Amino acid sequence: MANSRTNKHAYVRYAVIRLIQGAITVWLIATATFFAMHNVPGDPLMDEKAVSPEIRKNLQAKYGLDRPLLEQYGIYLSNMIRGDFGISYAQENRRVNDIIREHFPVSAILGVLSIVFAALGGILFGALTAINRNRLPDIVIMFLVIMGISVPSFVFAALGQMTLVNVNAFFGTSILPVAGWGSVSHMIMPSLILGLGTMAFLTRLMRSSMLEIDNADYLRTAISKGLPPTRIFLRHQLRNAILPVITVLGPSIAAITTGGFVVELVFAIPGLGRYFVQAVQQSDYTVIMGTTVFYGAFLVFMVIVVDLLYGLVDPRVRLD
Amino acid sequence: MNREPRASQGNFRRTAGRQLIYLGLASLIGLGALMWSLASLSEGVAETALDAIAGSVTLALSEEPPQLDSSRATDTVSSQILGHVMEGLLRYDEFNRIVPGVAERWEIGATKATFWLRDDAFWSDGSRITAHDFVFAWQTALDPQTASEYAFILYPIKNAEAINNGQLDTAALGATALNDTTLLVRLERPVAYFNSLLVFPTYFPIKQSFYEKRQGRYGADASELLYNGPFVIEKWVHGSQLRMVRNPHYWDRNRIRLNIIDYAYITSDVNATLNLFKDRKIAIAGLNSENLDDALQRHWKLERFNEGCVGYISFNHRSSRLTRNRHLRKAMQHAMDTSELVYKVIAMPGNLPGVSFFPVWLQGVERPFRQEFPAPETQVDVTQARYYLAQAKKELGLDEWRPLTFLTGDRATTNKISEYLQQEFKEKLGLDIAIDRQIFKQRLAKMSSGDFDMVLAGWCPDYDDPLTFGDLFASWNKNNRGEYKNPELDQWVRIAQNSLEPHTRMNAFSEIQKIIHLEAVILPTYETGSVYVRDPRLKGVVKRAVGMDSDYSNAYIDG
Repeated sequence: MANSRTNKHAYVRYAVIRLIQGAITVWLIATATFFAMHNVPGDPLMDEKAVSPEIRKNLQAKYGLDRPLLEQYGIYLSNMIRGDFGISYAQENRRVNDIIREHFPVSAILGVLSIVFAALGGILFGALTAINRNRLPDIVIMFLVIMGISVPSFVFAALGQMTLVNVNAFFGTSILPVAGWGSVSHMIMPSLILGLGTMAFLTRLMRSSMLEIDNADYLRTAISKGLPPTRIFLRHQLRNAILPVITVLGPSIAAITTGGFVVELVFAIPGLGRYFVQAVQQSDYTVIMGTTVFYGAFLVFMVIVVDLLYGLVDPRVRLD
Repeated sequence: MNREPRASQGNFRRTAGRQLIYLGLASLIGLGALMWSLASLSEGVAETALDAIAGSVTLALSEEPPQLDSSRATDTVSSQILGHVMEGLLRYDEFNRIVPGVAERWEIGATKATFWLRDDAFWSDGSRITAHDFVFAWQTALDPQTASEYAFILYPIKNAEAINNGQLDTAALGATALNDTTLLVRLERPVAYFNSLLVFPTYFPIKQSFYEKRQGRYGADASELLYNGPFVIEKWVHGSQLRMVRNPHYWDRNRIRLNIIDYAYITSDVNATLNLFKDRKIAIAGLNSENLDDALQRHWKLERFNEGCVGYISFNHRSSRLTRNRHLRKAMQHAMDTSELVYKVIAMPGNLPGVSFFPVWLQGVERPFRQEFPAPETQVDVTQARYYLAQAKKELGLDEWRPLTFLTGDRATTNKISEYLQQEFKEKLGLDIAIDRQIFKQRLAKMSSGDFDMVLAGWCPDYDDPLTFGDLFASWNKNNRGEYKNPELDQWVRIAQNSLEPHTRMNAFSEIQKIIHLEAVILPTYETGSVYVRDPRLKGVVKRAVGMDSDYSNAYIDG
């Protein structure tokens, strides 16, 4: 009883400390981005057509760019803490909060679906390769894995889309839409493509962790005890091998959700990734800050969640 | 003892492997079935490129308009959308002639212009469009607080520039609503091309009461905009879709044959756009050098179009730069083969070799300007070029040439052009060119601060008059980022600006054309064109170098 209470106490303490650390990380990200951004030549108010100095002054005053940089930083931080990321420079009438609210869910749906694909595929193929080590399935799958890791996603995206065009042309009807957003059928191909890299990575991870366990004492014990193979495989080998895969899932979700801009572009999906990249190209200060801080916080949060879960799942992990 | 575990291990593997495959297959089938059932439940996305019965056409947009407030619009996408949902005093018809829009008739003189508005022109809320709506729109655009980038296009109106610079109140604008249907515009100076300015989005009307109720969100969403054009925006999902339907309140609604124009896809990826076209999801797709072969292999008819812009090398004329030397610029002028550049390097149909800063499509007095006043020709002559270069070296007092900084953008075509020129200047002249590749805003920043020797630039027309090109190198022009200064050229620009006499004006442009060539102020590289494929059933699409492009308001589906 007492022991479990202390454990619980330690756990909450750990969680709080981790959250504070996370907040500091996000603050560092915000600060670094803010100053890096303002040190790059060019600003969001500049455009192809030059404007008169008077108009430029007005614009600077409107956006507060005429104040000292440190003061701008202070104003920005206090607004950020209140959850206000300001108004976009490039899309003058839209609030950054609205941009994130409208477009992040799209990226999130796409990201979660690709993670499901990636995790299922990764665990399945990883286990297959480990069981068939150095035999044909292993060689074939590992070759594909290396391809999956080394070929960039825009190549897969273009190939995937071309395949859809040809499949649709072959059947003379729209089996799956080539691009666009709005229904489940729009999501299948993009999320598959987006998940490929992670799937390849997870396959490799799963394979090595399965092989490591292959020589574990408890597995030998289980085999010598004469347990049925199915039971050994499912309850001892697979279950233990999955642990490291779960660990990387958190960061993977964040990476996939944030890194999907190429896929979003090719498949004409209104995700946040496109706005993120566009903002950098347009020096759209408020959107750069908003998306960077949001993504940063999201990544940090996912890592914390996984750490906390890991503590729950595996009793050997000590929370210090 | 020894054999036992191994045998069982092999046995285990086989069983487990089979098990795993079953498991995997089952989960894949399960997932697939789930997706399919969900897909069939969700609304069928059956839109096709053209639907003759519904009168709808589906298209892709390269990017989404940043916002649709006509007083602040700057980009071509906004202008394309606004051109469909708004209408100014005048408009372009399908033959690119200026015809009545909201104004029924008009008189433009040297000091003033009068417009009589039709009484059947309505806003999409059913209210009448009045002369006040124009006055308000122009005052809004000129208000320094609005900080509109295109406010300059209103400068021909009396006091406009002073208002924009904060010297006068917006009420001082020389535009007055004499009554609801009569608009009097006093002009700052005689403007020979005033009618072609009136089709520009900045000149579109805005209803004051509606604008003020939006509290700064005017044009941010479909519901935050009041329309008076042939179409209204029915649905605008940011980053995803923009759907226009026929405007029942539009005065000339019988002219419109399409019911729906649906921009159902927004992507700047040309390959994706072509794939959508192949899949018969959109009716028009632009091509570039990557997917041109693909289109050719399918034996599609390629449509070409002169976009009206001119690409050029802009020199830095500031006194600290080597490029201030005329002979250095002349050397490069004679070393550059724009035909080779266009036909072998860029190698896309539709482009024309750069000959003059005044593109071929500009109108002169009666015939095209370039027919009436042919551009001085430049011979590719390496000997001559080397002679100029030697002179330049002497004049500049150099022992060795320093590398010249060549500022460029980061697009594929830009890279091709800049690398080709780098190699040409090295081979023919022995000049070292250091390419400084920058993304858009950074390139602009460096252009404005003069941090370059040469820059790969481009200029597109704002209105249909040679002056839209002709005044770029005037010493007072803020877009003259190379800071070229020549009193003689300035004089010709003033003549072209203030005269109403076509011969005098065109002659002035011809003189400007000569100076640009003689002094090698800039080096024209190419006139931009574009190539696209179109569903042959879609007819009546109008492409324009000036004004709204592409125009679907006269389009119809045939078959």
